[in-house]
Parts: sequence; structure tokens; C-alpha cells
Amino acid sequence: MAKREAENPSKSATGSMLVKRGLAEMLKGGVIMDVVNAEQAKIAEDAGACAVMALERVPADIRRDGGVARMSDPEMITGIQAVCSIPVMAKARIGHFVEAQVLESLGVDFIDESEVLTPADEAHHIDKLKFTIPFVCGATNLGEALRRISEGAALIRSKGEAGTGNIVEAVRHLRSIIGDIRKITQADSAELFEWAKRLQAPLPLVQEIAETGWLQVPLFCAGGIATPSDAALAMQLGAQAVFVGSGIFKSDDPAPRAKAIVEATTHFRDPEIIAKVSRNLGGPMTGIGMDKIEQRYAERGW
Amino acid sequence: MRVSQNSAKKVVGVLALQGAFDSHERMLSELDVATQEVRTPQDLSVVDALIMPGGESTTMSQLLESSELYEPIKKMIHEGMPVFGTCAGMILLAKTIFDGRDDQVSFNAIDIEVQRNAYGRQVDSFEAEIQVERLDGAFHAVFIRAPRIVNLSPDVEVLAKFGSDVVLARQKNVLVAAFHPELSDDKRIHEMFVKEI
Repeated sequence: MAKREAENPSKSATGSMLVKRGLAEMLKGGVIMDVVNAEQAKIAEDAGACAVMALERVPADIRRDGGVARMSDPEMITGIQAVCSIPVMAKARIGHFVEAQVLESLGVDFIDESEVLTPADEAHHIDKLKFTIPFVCGATNLGEALRRISEGAALIRSKGEAGTGNIVEAVRHLRSIIGDIRKITQADSAELFEWAKRLQAPLPLVQEIAETGWLQVPLFCAGGIATPSDAALAMQLGAQAVFVGSGIFKSDDPAPRAKAIVEATTHFRDPEIIAKVSRNLGGPMTGIGMDKIEQRYAERGW
Repeated sequence: MRVSQNSAKKVVGVLALQGAFDSHERMLSELDVATQEVRTPQDLSVVDALIMPGGESTTMSQLLESSELYEPIKKMIHEGMPVFGTCAGMILLAKTIFDGRDDQVSFNAIDIEVQRNAYGRQVDSFEAEIQVERLDGAFHAVFIRAPRIVNLSPDVEVLAKFGSDVVLARQKNVLVAAFHPELSDDKRIHEMFVKEI
């Protein structure tokens, strides 16, 4: 459990908000890839991933199989940790703080309290302030992002719609979050009270955005990235890094696609480089239209 | 893409392949220093100094090669360009890397041997006060999955230690930190670097 900021400043402290957010800062400009075994983890690291997300099934398979999706087998997670020198993340169900405790005990570097898994609690997210390791949470709008930050999230990602290979929802979420941030920076002090009420978010966090022009933590994109151009689109919209789930290992040829997405994320403003890396990648994941899906994961959490 | 037409004003490049480059840019702009994000050889051609940020050294290593930056940066460092590496940036500048990838490149620019992730996983990441040579008062240092300098040549000047570990060091035009001065609000180490340009 987290030690609070050290009272004696000469003493070292782990688990502070600065230390948690620090790792999120280090992931910026990078690609975090979903992997289901050690072999995929090696492919991801070889391709230049800045971190991997260890899970039992990628979202496209969770969608296909149905049933309850849970935290992965610890044996699989430690197997991935053993072959990777980059940070390893893993997912816990929304509200399932015991899964989070287990993941922390395994020494996972970041926990994703994820709507892709079946929620364990319909009213409460995990109290993330109680943990030493950082959490990332999904959000569809700024209010949701700020509620997660007030619970201790060190990183926010768009929810998008995982396992679809369709970027449209992630774009909607990024535009909503970043658009509202822009409007808040234009608001006067009286209007900030109304913003806090409308967003159902703590007033001090809204006031801080008005002052700094950004969230208290980094904002990444997740949910539906399948191509190098998708990754660059997210970055140009203002995401600071990308998560790619099914998009890599559900494509025809994962290794070159993974590398191409890494390069496009770095050179996101350079269409010539994006064109170059997009050549001859084979088929992307097939993907699904939003009117064809039965369960919208983005509606999970609040 | 020229940032400044004013030749008197020096431009500090920040390697922006991956990692916390924006935090360094914020520090530099608060010090009123012109900055340039470096992703391509063209970006590199306008800079007078370079900061290599924290992030994943394995990712940056691959992107240095695919972006055709490795050779030109290596040449500029050996010609005396001031360079400052924090955390992953320190790994890239080291002579030898332990626990890295076999194909990982380094610039062999400072005579130190570093071990990646030597303090453990994120659960062991920490912040602490350290004393820095020539700076009055403590400096608040943030260590994230930090590398450790396990060996250094006598030619390397030690500027700060945490316990018995050297965490800030310099050799000629190369400055390295195992921690992240860009994550605190204290600009003194960046100032120290900028003064040398």
C-alpha cells in the first residue's frame, strides 16, 4: 500500500502521485501493445513498443466469446514479465480491488481498470489512491476523466470501442475530452462552477484545468486503432500516446504492422513517413461497424 | 524547419522519438531557451545542443536507427555538441549497457556502465532529496524504473549521489542523470546544462 509523501524530505518515498504520473510521462509518444503470451510480448518489444498489456484474450476475442472476462492468470503475466524489459501492464475489472491487489503483488508496472473486462461493481470504481502502483482508466468525456483522476488514476485513455478495429468512438471521446478542456480554458471563474456541476467533477480539478490548459495526468488513445494512420490521427487530435489492442495481433502480419504503428506514432505529423511505413503491411484486422455490435464496452463505468 | 533566424540565440533540441520530451521543452521554455523537437535529420540540423529524455531506451534505440538519426547525432556528440541525457537518455549515452537488448544502440559518449531498471519495477520507483555539487540546498529527484551507474571512469565528474550511487555525472560535453529533473519544478539542473552551451 502507498506510503504518503515522505514527511522527512530527505527520506525516499514510493507510490506518490508524482512517481505514479512519472511512469505515464515516460510512455508518451509510444505504443502500448496488447499481448496474450510471451511470444507476442517479444514481437511487441522487438517492434519498439514502449510497454505491453498482458491479457488472456484480446478484446476482439472477448467480444466473440462472450461470457465473463476477468483478470488474467498470474502465471501468464509472470511469463510475460520474464521475457520483457519494458513495462508490463495488466487489466483488472472495474471495481475489483482484489484483482488489483493481486496484480500489484505480481509487480505489474501499471494496472488498467478496464471496461473491456466484465465490471465487478456497478457503483464503485477502485480507490486507486490506496495502491503503490499507478492505474490507467478509460473515459468517454471530461467528467469521467476527472472522476477517475479524483480516485487516483495516473493516466487517462479514451475508451474508444475495443475489439472493433474501428477508430470512430476513440475519435469521439478524444474530441469530447480535449474540446471541453479548450472551452474551460476560455471560461471565467464563475463559469467554472457550472462546468464542475455539469461534468459532475470536483471543482478544484476543473479550476486547475482552467489554469494549466490540460488534465492533471497524460491522456492517451485506446479503442479501435488498426493502422499507422489511425495512430497518427489520435496523436494529431491531441492524444499523447496510443494503446493498440486487437489491431496488431488480429492482423495478417503482426510484426511489421507493430513496427509501422510505432514509427507512425513518432512521426505523426509527417504524412510522407506514414505513407512509407504503411506500404505492404498485409490486411488489417477486419473490424466491425458500430451498428453491428451487441455490447458497447464504453458504456461500462460512469 | 528553422525555429530561430536569430543566430545569436542558441537552439536546444529535444529528442522527441518517444518519452517525456514535452516536460523538457516546458523546462527550457521557462528558462527562455528556444527549443526544437528532433525526429528527423532536418530537425537535428538546426540545434546547438540536445537533450535525450526519459522513456524506453529500447524504443528510442530502434527509432534512432529507422529515423536515420543515430549516425548524425553520434558525429555531433563527438564533435563536442553539448548533450544531456536523463534516465533512458543516460542509457543511450553510456559506454556499456547491462540488461538491455542485444540490438540496442548506444552512443558510447560517456565512460560509464549502466544497468537498466536496476532499482526494480514501478512499485520500487521513488522520489528523494539529493545534494548536487555547486547547487545550494537539496534537489528533489524523481527516479522512475531508474538505471544505475555501476561503473565509471575516473575521468567522469561526479555531480550528485543518492546513497552510494552516482546519479548525476559529467564528462566533457556530456551530462547524464539517472533521475528526472524535468518532472520536478526545479529548473536548476537544466540551467546548469544550458549555461554550458
